[in-house]
Amino acid sequence: MSENGGTTLVEAVNLALARELERDPSVVVLGEDVGVNGGVFRATAGLQRRFGEARVLDTPLAETLIAGMSVGLAAQGFRPVAEIQFMGFIHSTLDQMLNHAARLRNRTRGRLTCPMVLRAPFGGGIHAPEHHSESTEALFAHIPGLRVVIPSSPARAYGLLLAAIRDPDPVVFLEPKRIYRALKEPVADDGQALPLDACFVLREGRDVTLVTWGALVRETLAAADTLAGEGVEAEVIDVATVKPLDTETILASVARTGRCVIVHEAARSGGVGAEIAAVLAERGLTTLLAPVVRVTGYDTVMPLYRLEHLYLPDEARILAAVRGVMEYA
Amino acid sequence: MTTVARFTVDYTRFLDPSGKAVAELPAFARDPASLVALYRAMVLTRAFDARAVALQRTGRLGTYASTLGQEAIGAALGEAMAPEDVLVPSYRETGAQIARGVRMSELLLYWGGDERGSRFTGPREDFPVSVPVASQSCHAVGVALAFRLRNEPRVAVSVCGDGATSKGDFYESLNAAGVWRLPLVFLVNNNQWAISVPRSRQSAAETIAQKAVAAGFRGEQVDGNDAVALRAVLEAAIERARKGGGPTLVEALTYRLCDHTTADDASRYRPAEEVSGHWAEDPVVRLRNHLVAAGAWRKAEEEALLDECARTVEAAVAEYESLPPQDPASLFDYLYAELPAALREQREALIRGGGGDE
Ligand SMILES: Cc1ncc(C[n+]2csc(CCOP(=O)(O)OP(=O)(O)O)c2C)c(N)n1
Ligand SMILES: [Mg+2]
Repeated sequence: MSENGGTTLVEAVNLALARELERDPSVVVLGEDVGVNGGVFRATAGLQRRFGEARVLDTPLAETLIAGMSVGLAAQGFRPVAEIQFMGFIHSTLDQMLNHAARLRNRTRGRLTCPMVLRAPFGGGIHAPEHHSESTEALFAHIPGLRVVIPSSPARAYGLLLAAIRDPDPVVFLEPKRIYRALKEPVADDGQALPLDACFVLREGRDVTLVTWGALVRETLAAADTLAGEGVEAEVIDVATVKPLDTETILASVARTGRCVIVHEAARSGGVGAEIAAVLAERGLTTLLAPVVRVTGYDTVMPLYRLEHLYLPDEARILAAVRGVMEYA
Repeated sequence: MTTVARFTVDYTRFLDPSGKAVAELPAFARDPASLVALYRAMVLTRAFDARAVALQRTGRLGTYASTLGQEAIGAALGEAMAPEDVLVPSYRETGAQIARGVRMSELLLYWGGDERGSRFTGPREDFPVSVPVASQSCHAVGVALAFRLRNEPRVAVSVCGDGATSKGDFYESLNAAGVWRLPLVFLVNNNQWAISVPRSRQSAAETIAQKAVAAGFRGEQVDGNDAVALRAVLEAAIERARKGGGPTLVEALTYRLCDHTTADDASRYRPAEEVSGHWAEDPVVRLRNHLVAAGAWRKAEEEALLDECARTVEAAVAEYESLPPQDPASLFDYLYAELPAALREQREALIRGGGGDE
């Protein structure tokens, strides 16, 4: 915990890793630079010193190996928590995650299982070099057998990471690095996990449902504050587990509000927002008072940092979308 | 200029293609019973392969990858591994899988399109067949690291083909195994072909074995049609790994006498003379000749063995074909430890017989 009483998201990740390393001898942390260096974002700081090189391992620089050896460790009863340094480098793990991790239990009819976590910082907004700012959660959310979990606050990072590590199936855990240190809140290191597969309703409101996850939860909550000043009460839902989706919470909310705006940083087409919109069209159409609107990254290449502000949705875009939805006949 | 590194690659052969010993045989080979065990395993594998191909041709099995001509590899590996070791195979390890106690009916189930074939009542920790070539090498690194972390004297054996050694995951695994000196043996079935692409088009390296040198450990070649040499080399590599001596890459030089799979027609890309020439190296005939010359194998025994293998395989086929089909719900029931709420509706729709699209 930091001196001024709050814990950052990246510190909360560190607390959760330490807590599980302490509690469960089958947990091992592995990845590039996670040992002495404590990870390039310091998420694993101090862990190797505290738990030793057998529990916190620096791997060779090889992402396919990191994911694939985690499958082997997990099948042997370990609970590997592997770090991919940036999401831009996670894509060579897709083969292992899709062809092996996600289906090991199914293809062996439960004989071998894969309780692994693949962690990666993701998303833009920190003026990082090329390939360091992507949000490709939808690639993983498409894979049956996986869980994709995205925290949006220090407390949820702590509780959800505990849950991910304890989960008996593979979890891709994506950490919004833009808010790694941007906000602090008290996080009790009490070993209490938060539920997976469940949305968090962060703010209740009767007029419109704002559905989001990751770093954009902040802007969405700010937009909800602004809207409240205009007499519009927005409900804000942090999806948190984008695979499998807790559609019930979203449908129930939209059934009350009749309006929905989905906010995500990833490119629009085929994004997780599209799945949510499809569910609303299939099962919530009669409750809708206005079209579902998405506020997302554009369907273009993530720009280098000078122009990334143009790509990333902001509060103004969220507000404009909500106003449009509220004005709809 | 100075030379900063040199390396050599050993090649081991005990029996020439006619079955004659060309070197002093290893200790185990002086006991005819151990050679007979290798021979029986090869004959059983060949009988199983032939039956599986026939089942495929008559629509009773899906696409099947035979091991014809490569039976010595599975037989020797089966002898060299301890039961507590873990096999991480590709799709052409039928012989080793049988030797390790995977039921033949389970192998038929797998190739017959039924997931229960990978449930293995026998070697519970062995990995199932891996279709994405070389991807399993990474799993073997994790398995071997697990042994190391738990201080267990066990060894992981990862098997792949010559084509697979061109892939990045193969190199990544070799590299990591070298860094950590893992109890891991990489066995490469170099059968000269990766579907239609010959060995010469996979790599300009003189040997596949030398790829281990770049990863900092021993790589060696062995006559992959000489079951005695294979067993000796694999046993030494596995025991070295077990004692903390680190990994070894064993390149077994053999030849794929069959099509790549039953879905392939190899006559489109390789001349018949090439294939018939390699029949002269047949590993089964080689060991039989040796046993017969040593007076350890007679015609009556051969006939009894063929008969026994046919009956064993037939029993497996009967077991395979008599198993009731899986429940439709099995599509969902092994996806996660507990089915997520979001999937319950799809599972119920499947059971009802609709897609849930209404
Ligand atoms: C990653 C991957 N690419 C392509 C294929 C399709 N494929 C199946 S087997 C094969 C050839 C493999 O050759 P080799 O590694 O020599 O093994 P062999 O089949 O000869 O035993 C190919 C290209 C595959 N299964 N996996
Ligand atoms: Mg081959």
